[in-house]
Amino acid sequence: MTGMAARGRWSWPERAFWLAALAAFFLLPKHHLILNEMAIMGLFALSLDLILGYAGIASLGHAAFFGLGAYTAGIFALRVSADPLTGLAVATAVAAAFGMATSLLVLRGVDLARLMVTLGVALVLGEIANQLGWLTGGADGLQGISMQPVLGLFEFDIFGRTGFAYSLVTTFALFVLARRLVVSPFGLALRAIAGNPLRARAIGVPVNRRLIAVYTVAAAYAGAAGALLAQTTQFVSLDVLSLHRSADVLLMLVIGGTGYLYGGLIGAVVFKLLQDIVSSWTPQYWTFWIGLILVVLVLVGRERMGAPWRLAQKAVRARWGGRA
Amino acid sequence: MTPALSTFGLQKRFGGVLATSNVDFSLAPGARHALIGPNGAGKTTFVNLLTGVLQPTAGRIRLGDEDITRLSPEARVKRGLVRTFQINQLFAGLSPLETLGVAVSERRGEGGAWWRPAGSSPGVLAEIEEIAARFGLTDMLEAQTQALPYGKQRLLEIALAFACRPRVLLLDEPAAGVPEAERREVLATIAALPRDVSVLLIEHDMDLVFSFAETITVMVNGAVLTEGAAAAIAADPRVRSVYLGEDAHG
Repeated sequence: MTGMAARGRWSWPERAFWLAALAAFFLLPKHHLILNEMAIMGLFALSLDLILGYAGIASLGHAAFFGLGAYTAGIFALRVSADPLTGLAVATAVAAAFGMATSLLVLRGVDLARLMVTLGVALVLGEIANQLGWLTGGADGLQGISMQPVLGLFEFDIFGRTGFAYSLVTTFALFVLARRLVVSPFGLALRAIAGNPLRARAIGVPVNRRLIAVYTVAAAYAGAAGALLAQTTQFVSLDVLSLHRSADVLLMLVIGGTGYLYGGLIGAVVFKLLQDIVSSWTPQYWTFWIGLILVVLVLVGRERMGAPWRLAQKAVRARWGGRA
Repeated sequence: MTPALSTFGLQKRFGGVLATSNVDFSLAPGARHALIGPNGAGKTTFVNLLTGVLQPTAGRIRLGDEDITRLSPEARVKRGLVRTFQINQLFAGLSPLETLGVAVSERRGEGGAWWRPAGSSPGVLAEIEEIAARFGLTDMLEAQTQALPYGKQRLLEIALAFACRPRVLLLDEPAAGVPEAERREVLATIAALPRDVSVLLIEHDMDLVFSFAETITVMVNGAVLTEGAAAAIAADPRVRSVYLGEDAHG
């Protein structure tokens, strides 16, 4: 049972990943704005991985929680307090509460029903945000947000330096928490449920309770990501609740791979890089290329492409034992 | 002595069909009891009623002294009523170690713990190893479950139920599909189950029934036809005609 001792220890690909993220902060000062977006979308995709990769719940409306977090953080900053950490905490809590409430709807169905319910919830929320113009700014977006310095020390700047540092630290902290969660008995129960819900129930796992819990956590994470976007860009538009937001995050996760936590982060980096490179080259047709990549990825299969993903996957999956 | 498991007037109606008809059944403590009957006799429905997957139309179910008729399947497992499945129901993507870990953690009430690594609380690993040893899985705890020989997967199927520490274990055709070469190990493991577990075997295989069971209940058309010691059942002409006669050569 040699694999047991290795659980919880950080393998070298993991260390390398986070060192690279840290290095990017110091070595790529001109790219802090896009790096900030990567960190935020990475956190958002990580939250989707918790429900899709671990609990087997597919969602087409995960932007509901992202958008709710963004609007909550924006409105909170405008009307209550512009302190970033307080706003982040409030937005996370609101998204968590909404996640718990809607989890009851999601639990009722199986795959197709779940896709439709999650999609529907996001659409409803998007339209509510559109109609409540006095609160959300409607189609013009939520403008005039001005955040106080983080911890009273670090002013947000136009180059995204503080923004990226703030997003990266938050994403890292939530990642560490998620990493703990997925190797715990709770995380193990989720994987059992994803593998065979019938049997999970037959050995006494309270399936619904476990799913409500993870859905709530994932909603909280998505809300935190939305809050980071609102605070670091000091703007919120209806776009945060849109269908393409939900689709993009699913794309990122599929690109990076589900079920090992790094998939969302890597996928977000790859997605944003591609978007940046391809759209500087051919601005109108970037979605053509991302679509093509997606089709190839799914048809050919990540494994057969001999991708570097496997190394990282293997490292993180060595939890209970030597499974690749 | 209070039976380990008993039913009183248990009935299940699907529309116009009476799948379970007024069944009074009792499983003695430490029993090695088989439930047999031709296809469509209602054995599966009966098991689903016992485990709580189906709710009865009428009647009561009691586990020891407690009425469990209205309890959820999970709550029945917690109280010690656990089943295995005729077709393996294992967890895709989980190793045998992880598979047993889920059940052991859940039974210890730690299934929702999220702040510490699975298997880190004292005793969990020792318990998994003990179960693995009993079911001959020690050397393959970290293998891929799907890659195990079928007989070993079958043993894991039973070990997973055993990890819930059942008082009553419902074995649904435990040797079904096991190749001849591995069959003996499965049968020997079942025979060696501890006596503090009362076992109800749901089975088609008459060799297994008569080698394992001390008491046999015969179910036909959703009702109990007869019940008795294995030898008496084997000699019962009614049983021969409705069941053994049809199936003995098949």
